[in-house]
Amino acid sequence: MAATSTNPDNREAPGGPGKGTGAATTTPTRRGTELVLLAFAAVIVTCALTLVNLNLESQPPSQILYYGLAFLALFGLAHLAVRRWAPYADPLILPLVAFLNGLGLVLIHRIDIGNAAEAERAGDAFSPAAPSQVLYTALGLVLLALVLVFVRDHRTLAKYSYTCGLVGLVALALPAVLPSVIAPNINGAKLWIKLGPLSFQPAELAKILLLIFFASFLVSKRELFTTAGRRFLGIDLPRARDLAPVLVAWAASIGIVVLERDLGTSLLFFGIVLVMIYIATERAVWIAIGISLFAAGCLAAYSLFGHVQQRVDAWLNPMTSDSGYQLSEALFGMATGGIGGSGLGGGRPAIVPYAKNDFILAAAAEELGLLGLAALLLVYLLLTARGLRAALAVRDSFGKLLAGGLGFAMLLQVFVIAGGVTGLIPLTGLTTPFLAAGGSSLVGNYVLVGLLLRISDASRRPQQPSKPQPQQPPIAEAHTELVERPR
Amino acid sequence: MSELVIQLTRAGFLALLWLFVLVALRVVRSDLQSASGLRMSVPGAGKKSGKQSRPKTKSPRQLVVTGGALSGTRITLEGRPIMIGRADDSTLVLDDDYASTRHAKLSIRGQDWYVEDLGSTNGTYLDRTKVTGPTKVPLGAPIKIGKTVIELRS
Repeated sequence: MAATSTNPDNREAPGGPGKGTGAATTTPTRRGTELVLLAFAAVIVTCALTLVNLNLESQPPSQILYYGLAFLALFGLAHLAVRRWAPYADPLILPLVAFLNGLGLVLIHRIDIGNAAEAERAGDAFSPAAPSQVLYTALGLVLLALVLVFVRDHRTLAKYSYTCGLVGLVALALPAVLPSVIAPNINGAKLWIKLGPLSFQPAELAKILLLIFFASFLVSKRELFTTAGRRFLGIDLPRARDLAPVLVAWAASIGIVVLERDLGTSLLFFGIVLVMIYIATERAVWIAIGISLFAAGCLAAYSLFGHVQQRVDAWLNPMTSDSGYQLSEALFGMATGGIGGSGLGGGRPAIVPYAKNDFILAAAAEELGLLGLAALLLVYLLLTARGLRAALAVRDSFGKLLAGGLGFAMLLQVFVIAGGVTGLIPLTGLTTPFLAAGGSSLVGNYVLVGLLLRISDASRRPQQPSKPQPQQPPIAEAHTELVERPR
Repeated sequence: MSELVIQLTRAGFLALLWLFVLVALRVVRSDLQSASGLRMSVPGAGKKSGKQSRPKTKSPRQLVVTGGALSGTRITLEGRPIMIGRADDSTLVLDDDYASTRHAKLSIRGQDWYVEDLGSTNGTYLDRTKVTGPTKVPLGAPIKIGKTVIELRS
């Protein structure tokens, strides 16, 4: 009972539920557990920062403790917001996110140091990414608190589902249709919108908006997807006309590949649609249909477009391909790291281009080794599991679908980028949630976590005695009804 | 810095990472137990609570949805009445075309739970019998509301 005995509010109150005496019971909010875990995460992050500084600058700056405390204070404020506005929220979600974000900050700082040394050698100007990432973290936490304040009940979101769907679709399509002055082509993908010094990826926002839309759409149109059509080889195939929503999603995701040249975003969106249909209908045939459609689309895209061929070539032959330099450096880095890693600050992860964005997992693998990377991936898995847990426990279908979709979106994102970095699937430009440098992704993921916290709060909150007591006759005055013979 | 210190801190940090994961898993485990109504009856969790949670007569502890769109959902019974229907303030919110806004109510009297139909259009069935007045619900008996099936479990 090591973990549970650390704080008293952990255990359920004596005389818990199900006594049948009608006594009011206190459900544990477990906010204390959350705070303890947050402090633990802060300790880990401070240790990581100390190690980086010990290894790279051979003396610890005296401010490290302050950095650690500032980190704890930042998440402490978020904890207070959760305590105030979502008291029954899942106690694990926020600490896990803090752990990932903090470790990400340290890794970015570490790569900054490496990049700065390189830039100095080459005589280039260099601006570190860690300070802006700290700003984005703060902004993300503010947005998380705002989500908790303004979305008091996740079911209200269902009322705005079509608005969300429309705005999401527009946001998704915006970089593709805008002229390249506003939407420049960065690293072969047209995903960003640049307004002066600010640049962001609208797809990160679109992801959440479309998730809300799909959840609400599927709740109201669930029947459509379960109507069985012809039976073929022992599988109930859906009717051809019911395929329309899937085909639309498929066309949109193929459109992203073609117009925005980004396989990762496309895979993410299509995967989310498929999984949500699967959660709503419990019929695996949708997954099969979706995957075969996607495979066909990818094959077509491969034969038609040069940039897709380039990516696949870099994936299959990273050592010989022209564009495989980044991936091969990452693979060498991970091989250098081995089981235990080179220790924080002991490796050279900065050699890989874009080490702090796309390849931060490679940097983590080089310095923390297989063991450290496995711990990181496990934390992602736990985060998803908590999302799915909230989905299981919440009492309305919309919440179930939304939480399931949000949780899965995070996992799919990690799979796509981790698969790409390790050479399992062709590399695509998705960000590693919370870990990688990138403002829009971080802020978007904090909004996602805010929604998850809200749904988990709803799922764990004990039922209030329903406020507007329905006018129903007392049992003694119940209607006299004709008793029918049971069929 | 000496090589030994580097190696020690390296291993120590990895251990710390895994300790965090293990503590998180621990929280998951205790959460699972409290949510499933087992209430910490793990060995060594204290004999007092272990005895408390095993009353002689088995009274229902939770309501489990076994069929329909919400299947898998569990609600811990806390003595308060449970409203079932399409209304947003219901304890179990159904979105089922065959359910009424306020469809049925489960309430406790003494040790037993009673199901009562609140004038729904399509009726409430307890074990294939239409519920007309407050009817006692035995453990494990299916209650059918529209396409949703629920039952009480201890």
